[in-house]
Amino acid sequence: MEETNKIGETTKKEEQTSTQKIGIYLWIWLLLFVLSFFSYMVDWYQFQGMLRWSLILFFMFLKAGLIMAFFMHLFWERYALVNVLLWPMTAIACFIFLMTAEFKYTLFSRFFYFVVGGA
Amino acid sequence: MSEQKIDGFELKPGFKGMASDTGSDQTMFKGVHWGKAMMWIFLLSDTFVFSCFLISYMKGRGSTIVDWPNTSEVFSLYVGGVPVPLLLIAIMTFVLITSSGTMALAVKYGYEKNRKMCGWLILATAVGGLTFVGMQVFEWSKLIHEGVRPWGNPFGASQFGSFFFMITGFHGFHVSIGVIFLFIYTYKVFAGHYESKKRGWFTKMKGDYVEIEILGLYWHFVDLVWVFIFAFFYLW
Repeated sequence: MEETNKIGETTKKEEQTSTQKIGIYLWIWLLLFVLSFFSYMVDWYQFQGMLRWSLILFFMFLKAGLIMAFFMHLFWERYALVNVLLWPMTAIACFIFLMTAEFKYTLFSRFFYFVVGGA
Repeated sequence: MSEQKIDGFELKPGFKGMASDTGSDQTMFKGVHWGKAMMWIFLLSDTFVFSCFLISYMKGRGSTIVDWPNTSEVFSLYVGGVPVPLLLIAIMTFVLITSSGTMALAVKYGYEKNRKMCGWLILATAVGGLTFVGMQVFEWSKLIHEGVRPWGNPFGASQFGSFFFMITGFHGFHVSIGVIFLFIYTYKVFAGHYESKKRGWFTKMKGDYVEIEILGLYWHFVDLVWVFIFAFFYLW
């Protein structure tokens, strides 16, 4: 809603009243279907090893990115909001790194004491 | 859009805009409804909850010396005597994406003040969510019949059951809460609460279609979490 204030500036009083064209939502929707179909095909054709993991992660991040950027409108939001939301995610990456080291150690201990029988 | 102004404050683009927004001695999130900002903060905290579940699943699965159950076989359905791997999960994924799409369109039509379209699309989203929860109930009861328990199962590592019920259960709980709110907002839109400026939830502020976008954020987040669960729990 555009209003003119005392000094004569045009001010935007209300939050986001303009909307995106319907086409972009339909395209993203279609892309999400196609990507989900592809990630299902990864299991259907029983890809294994690095190929399987990289394909799964690739489709996953692509889908997550499309949902966040367009369905959740982050693509159009101001950087002040986007950065507040995305930087804390690095803490999750740190946690994943720590727990990877942890599960490797636990696995090693279990093999060492349960299977090998200790030193 | 550097000429755009909110309450006389000039909005700069990019990181420069971020710096001036943050250091403006005013509200930091320019042009963002307070409810939308709060929903984002809530979703951020919820992201951490789901991350903790998925990371503990990674830790549990990575540290067991017993083989993890083959999810492709555990979650297969028999169609005409032939096992189809992950069939139900694939259908659930498509149902949830469909409902996410209808929600995105509902937000769009809401901002365009197209009350009828917005209402029908929210109703479609709610029905999609309900279908998803229904299929999840079917999946749970099937696995419980096959002997999957939080403390053990006939397919492999005993941690499988506890992670499965915890992660999909918490996600299903989010979907269920979402479905309840979708039905409430279907009523609110059809009853014209945003045209008559009836007050919103727990607030004296007048209702507006921005509430549909806030509801949409929650619903897309539920879909987003499913993307990660589908990848890590079912496909990995």
